[in-house]
Amino acid sequence: MNIKQLISFLVILSTPTLTVAASPSIDEIIHQTNQMAYYQGRDGRAKVKMTISDAQKRTRTREFIILRRDEPASDDIKNQAYLGEQKLYVYFNRPADVNKMVFMVHKKINSADDRWLYLPALDLVKRIAATDKRTSFVGSNFLYEDVSGRNLQEDRHALIGADEQYYIIENTPVKADEVEFSKYIMYIHKTSFLPIQTKYFDKQGNLYKSYTALAVETIDGHPTITKSNAINLITGSSTLMEYSAVQYDVGLPDNIFSERFLRKAPRQFLR
Amino acid sequence: MRFSTLLLLISTLIVNSISIAAPDLPDGLNAPSITTPLLPDGLFKPPSLPERIDTSKQPESPLNTSTLNISGFADYRVGIRTQQDPNENQQSLHEMRFQLALQKETTSSVINITADFLADGTSSQHAIDLESGQGWIDLREANIVISPLSYIDVKIGRQILTWGTGDLIFINDLFPKDWQAFFIGRDLEYLKAPSDAIKASFFSAPINVDIVYTPQFDADRSISGDKLSYFSPLSDSLVGDRNIIKPHRPHADEFALRVYKNIGTNELALYAYHGFWKSPVGFDPINNANRYPALRSIGLSLRTPIWQGIGNIELGYYDSYEHTASDNPFTPNSEARLLIGYEQELIRNLTVSMQYYAEWMQDYDRYKTSMEFIGAVHKKDEVRQILTNRISLQTHQQNVAWSIFTFYSPTDGDGYVRPNVHYKYNDNWSLETGGNVFIGQEANTFFAQFKKNNNLYASIRYGF
Repeated sequence: MNIKQLISFLVILSTPTLTVAASPSIDEIIHQTNQMAYYQGRDGRAKVKMTISDAQKRTRTREFIILRRDEPASDDIKNQAYLGEQKLYVYFNRPADVNKMVFMVHKKINSADDRWLYLPALDLVKRIAATDKRTSFVGSNFLYEDVSGRNLQEDRHALIGADEQYYIIENTPVKADEVEFSKYIMYIHKTSFLPIQTKYFDKQGNLYKSYTALAVETIDGHPTITKSNAINLITGSSTLMEYSAVQYDVGLPDNIFSERFLRKAPRQFLR
Repeated sequence: MRFSTLLLLISTLIVNSISIAAPDLPDGLNAPSITTPLLPDGLFKPPSLPERIDTSKQPESPLNTSTLNISGFADYRVGIRTQQDPNENQQSLHEMRFQLALQKETTSSVINITADFLADGTSSQHAIDLESGQGWIDLREANIVISPLSYIDVKIGRQILTWGTGDLIFINDLFPKDWQAFFIGRDLEYLKAPSDAIKASFFSAPINVDIVYTPQFDADRSISGDKLSYFSPLSDSLVGDRNIIKPHRPHADEFALRVYKNIGTNELALYAYHGFWKSPVGFDPINNANRYPALRSIGLSLRTPIWQGIGNIELGYYDSYEHTASDNPFTPNSEARLLIGYEQELIRNLTVSMQYYAEWMQDYDRYKTSMEFIGAVHKKDEVRQILTNRISLQTHQQNVAWSIFTFYSPTDGDGYVRPNVHYKYNDNWSLETGGNVFIGQEANTFFAQFKKNNNLYASIRYGF
């Protein structure tokens, strides 16, 4: 075997290895996606409009401002540095019956979330006992868990395919009896790691719900899904969620996520 | 075949076998060209590099702008007694209400004004009284909120005030309530009556402090006989709109204090109050008038996640400190009060809560002696206990809320049930119906005295 042949042999041998190294591991994909979907920047704010349509095309709207602050300062997925406690503050503008109402969450990684609701007409700070994360968020087709994020450890993840644009990930629940789906399949955009479509399958294996990203904007260097749609194929209802006035690294102080600012909304971050 | 060619062939085979071993696409994914989602707008080209140069999309946060938030509703509400009451109208509720809420923000303050314009078809009281909420205007809020220092908030003016951990039971929340509105089926927001007060809040890492100063005592809007009949110990019978209670109001101020801190997920608070009993539980036999005896209290509370829900405990000591209160049959004795509660979501959208509440009268022997001295027929128990239960269910994509709240007193042998259904027809229109049902044999116990006021009500509301 001469040198030339040895080199060509080594090149050929190493080709599959190179391919593997170029495509990230399943762990990297799901953490990168989780980070992109829920943890971009140290903090963030957005105006959100939900348009909920039923099968008869009657619509209801929800308008709110969402403030988010991550405890970890890092966005790095190495050693899961981005993961940690996260605080959410949701200030409702519309409809009229929820005007000025506030929903606050202290999201934990390893224990149950703490949630509060502020009812302005009664000046009441109520602690919410609800623990079910698969409850509809404000009556929409998005669930509480879709808004706040599902713990990655609650599912097993498998890369079941890939094409030029997407990694295709199948997620099956670790505790199947705690959820209504048997699996969900995510199409994750290869370069941005944004989940472009998620399809939910029921216990019989039938597709019953899907989420689709309809628009992405890059804001402060952060590719952000600014328009998405959730469709329930059984009820025929759907929810269009639109983000506007998105900002990252606003510099939200930690104390905004406290009783003080439930009773007295932090105006400068809600305009 | 040379050795190197063989190796090349083998390695090619390995590569091929790897691609062959890749998992098959599941059902529904066999034709990726059809089912693969299209890239959304914004991803047709690769996301731009994280540069801060392109700031054109950055929304400018409009500083120094003041905004005016206008909201409100129109609410038509009717209610009817389900039995005859010789002391009251058959119609328990018939009113048209228009609420206008304005919130004006400036850079340094927020001004809140909420006014209700009310046409009340069942009240015999028509003169405007902003204190009792009678007449055609009920001013709910008129206040300004400022932060003179970064760690201080001050709210001055008419405002709704709430603290404490109970669910429809209040120990350390001694801010005014409107029990009449509560029992006839007005919206729950009217259980809270406004205070004309200054609330100063101080925030710091170790502790937070709220001080509420009310220059002129704000009483509860309590049962007066106007809309609800009640038990009169003087006549030893149920009376109503011919026996309106018009108590003497003390011309004096009130102080309320809360010191609170969250330790982990535990919410701890200490409370103090200096003022008067919020209902006219005292009696002045010389002037033949109900009155508000002096009261001071201290208390504490803890609210925390426990087991699979939220638990709370609250204690209070009501010091009815007027001279010789214990020996005076017309002045309530001091009381220790206790509340323990637990709430849990049992299944999705179904939440259940339970509370145990007790009032323990101090110096009970002296109370008994004083009541016997005036020949009173009915005496309170030393300990009054109440159990409550709330069941709430949301259905129809959270557009329908069903709830039933039950009070039951094993010591008084009476109870009170509040069923309610609320339906959001769309973003503006909502419908509500419910009832107030009082149960009990004795005429003189707290809930049973209202048994001629059992009512059903319904409302239609347009919110904007």
